[in-house]
Amino acid sequence: MKNYDLVIVGGGPAGLAAAVSARDNGIESILIIERDKELGGILNQCIHNGFGLHTFKEELTGPEYAARFAAQVYERNIEYKLNTMVMDINDDKVVTAMNREDGMFQIQAKAVILAMGCRERSRGALNIPGYRPAGIYSAGTAQRLVNMEGFMPGKKCVILGSGDIGLIMARRMTLEGAKVEVVAELMPYSGGLKRNIVQCLDDFGIPLKLSHTVIDIEGKERVEAITIAEVGPDRKPIPGTEIRYECDTLLLSCGLLPENELSRSAGVNLSPITSGPVVNDSLETNIDGIFACGNVLHVHDLVDYVSQEATTAGKNAANYIKNGKNAEAKEVKIYPEGGVRYTVPATIRPSEMDDTLTVRFRVADVYKNHAICTYFDNELISKRKRPVMAPGEMEQVILTKAKLAEYPELDRITITLEEA
Amino acid sequence: MMYDVAIIGAGVIGSAIARELSKYDVKCCVIEREEDVCCGTSKANSAIIHAGFDAKPGTLKAKLNVRGNEMMDQLSKDLDIPFKRNGSLVVCTKNQDPAGLEELLEKAKANGVPRCRILDRDELIAMEPNLSDDVVAALHAPTGAIVCPFHMTMAFAENAFENGVEFFLNTNVEKIEKAECGYRIITNKETFETKVVVNAAGVYSDEFNNQVSDRKLQIIARKGEYMLLDKQAGCHVNQTIFQLPSKMGKGVLVSPTVHGNLLVGPTAADIENKEGTDTTQKYLDSLGPLSALSVKNVPLRQVITSFAGLRAHEVDGDFVIGEAEDAPGFFNAAGIESPGLSSAPAIGEYLGDMIAEKLALVKKENFKATRKGILNPEHLTMEERNALIKENPAYGNIICRCEMISEGEILDAIHRPLGARSLDGVKRRTRAGMGRCQAGFCSPRTMEILAREVPMEMNEITKNGGKSTYIVGTNKNI
Repeated sequence: MKNYDLVIVGGGPAGLAAAVSARDNGIESILIIERDKELGGILNQCIHNGFGLHTFKEELTGPEYAARFAAQVYERNIEYKLNTMVMDINDDKVVTAMNREDGMFQIQAKAVILAMGCRERSRGALNIPGYRPAGIYSAGTAQRLVNMEGFMPGKKCVILGSGDIGLIMARRMTLEGAKVEVVAELMPYSGGLKRNIVQCLDDFGIPLKLSHTVIDIEGKERVEAITIAEVGPDRKPIPGTEIRYECDTLLLSCGLLPENELSRSAGVNLSPITSGPVVNDSLETNIDGIFACGNVLHVHDLVDYVSQEATTAGKNAANYIKNGKNAEAKEVKIYPEGGVRYTVPATIRPSEMDDTLTVRFRVADVYKNHAICTYFDNELISKRKRPVMAPGEMEQVILTKAKLAEYPELDRITITLEEA
Repeated sequence: MMYDVAIIGAGVIGSAIARELSKYDVKCCVIEREEDVCCGTSKANSAIIHAGFDAKPGTLKAKLNVRGNEMMDQLSKDLDIPFKRNGSLVVCTKNQDPAGLEELLEKAKANGVPRCRILDRDELIAMEPNLSDDVVAALHAPTGAIVCPFHMTMAFAENAFENGVEFFLNTNVEKIEKAECGYRIITNKETFETKVVVNAAGVYSDEFNNQVSDRKLQIIARKGEYMLLDKQAGCHVNQTIFQLPSKMGKGVLVSPTVHGNLLVGPTAADIENKEGTDTTQKYLDSLGPLSALSVKNVPLRQVITSFAGLRAHEVDGDFVIGEAEDAPGFFNAAGIESPGLSSAPAIGEYLGDMIAEKLALVKKENFKATRKGILNPEHLTMEERNALIKENPAYGNIICRCEMISEGEILDAIHRPLGARSLDGVKRRTRAGMGRCQAGFCSPRTMEILAREVPMEMNEITKNGGKSTYIVGTNKNI
């Protein structure tokens, strides 16, 4: 068995930033394991611009953004293996992986960072009734075909779900010569960023129908028509509102699911809300020395936040490798309430945390003129007004070590939304 | 072309008969309208080898089910078919008459099903903690089993092929007529002349029978819808859980699959359209409440796909197997609904014997009785796996990340006898694309492999033949 101080599972934006950060914090022995043929993860197929406004103060494409982090990995001579699949991780941090050249091999790691990213919800998981012809793709699959292989998956399409990839692909398919008939969204609001709705749909005259879903797929061999209908508050189709589109393609952009099969095999506790690991302020899971960051932890809206989070995970993993863990540290739970769906992290150890800690979360609905309120036990600590909050965009609260130090007896932290 | 036997349909029944006949010195072919074997009812069913207590004693269904079940231990070894005797339970809830279980037990005895007995709630809960709180008793049949229906069909077909049976895929039978030699089969491609026809055409078997026989058959397509759940839910039950039939219908089953998923279904609805394999909101929605009658907390949120299959129900209720009285040389294997998959080996044997006698066939000496399936590296130790990868590095290259299927397995699926030519063909053979992401990640990679190996153009690659292409052109050129 080989030994590494740190094994990072996944060479996408999270894995790359985590590796750079761990090296800069003094860890020499690092291995990134990437299943694809190049570093960068899903960014490599995101050839549109808009990445890196926060990190680099300029607008980059996905591959450009990935390349900047990959360059930092190369500069630091951090070891990585491509075309290599991690098959298993156990709670002793033995990582089993496989590729063509090395066969199946095991690595004993002192710490592991989970950075496997997420996958798209499939037609099957959505349980859309109808036939099962060719021509039904997740938006990401279509994106790979068009952007990386140069193949068009269809000529005329309906898109279900207004997640960002779906919006991006509505524009992309149009630019490549296809006709996008409509984007239907089950919820009364979009799951994507506002700027994507404007730039990808409005600018191309593609209608967005909120509170609509697909109720039938026709075509035995290839999609021939898609019927959508309006849904009521119970999200059930309303009879009489059906609209039928003749088309050859259905793209699905109905949510992303963190890919945590490996985490589960290691015994990592997962949150039923995020489908990602439950972590503390170090982004460490319930298994000592196993950390998580990026979309495997919770689905992010902007890659900049992934990079920030991964930098934190890399630094904390380095600290764990060098100094171990203070098992005695008091842990305070963060309670998401009143429209806050979850928080990452879920717990915080005031004695161990950095001077500041960014707590990220998403909200359950569209909230206008609300404030994000933080309570230490029953005492209101901060109240920040937000004109609009929506489920498609992440929100955050920053906690400081100094403030927490004033509350040594603190039992619970609550983050909630209140009318402003 | 002149044949001794032409079999219509490369489902599990046609393939089992073909394999049986391939033991003899005979010129035999299988004619299949789809691009692959196992494309109709054989691919969309409960994947169960029933114990055989359900059918009315004395019927073909009873006899062939029990015989088919018996044959599976040896067959699964000979033909390398994923098969597991997980046992089955027919549960009775507190609102049902437990006399129904006694009746089933009597039928089990009459049909010759071994070791069935009625268990009380305490015994049941020890076996299956997730049974519904309303379950009071159940019939336990230890010989009940689960199987991979794809591999079962492909195993028969591949073994038949290796023993000389010819397969004509993408060949749609349009008409059968009597001829001097026996029968003439007119298809969208060539015309076949044959001494014997075997009608294993599933929901269409009535149409072919009725073209040559006055003893008319009427097959009704009875649609069954299913939900397949993630492997995380696969251990929710260990055995196949049936419900005691009631006025409300036969109920639905909850069962593990041989691959470790959980299967819930089928519904039952008679439909007009024999191509109507679409799922419906109404029936998918019904699976939750129906399954809850026997099993609690079925994690339906973990559904990864749903599908519908059509049972070929003959109005008289039993299998119709044998030579049509007024059409010598025309053999039916019609009305093969449940327990059709379970009975398939026995139907093959039964019809094979009949046809051999009819044509006075002689067994051949060089019959190859075994077939090796696609290697499943999951069953190998790390050393064995590394030896395999060293010899063939493609086994080290994972293509389907959900099911952990390597390029080596996909290459095997493409290059073996009657190899895969479509994404569904690869999927049924290897499970690549059958996992929780439902081919989202692996389909472009599998397409590349198909394009390179068959070889074929990317825009020729289909999901399952015909017009089911994935690619309509290149960028800016559609």
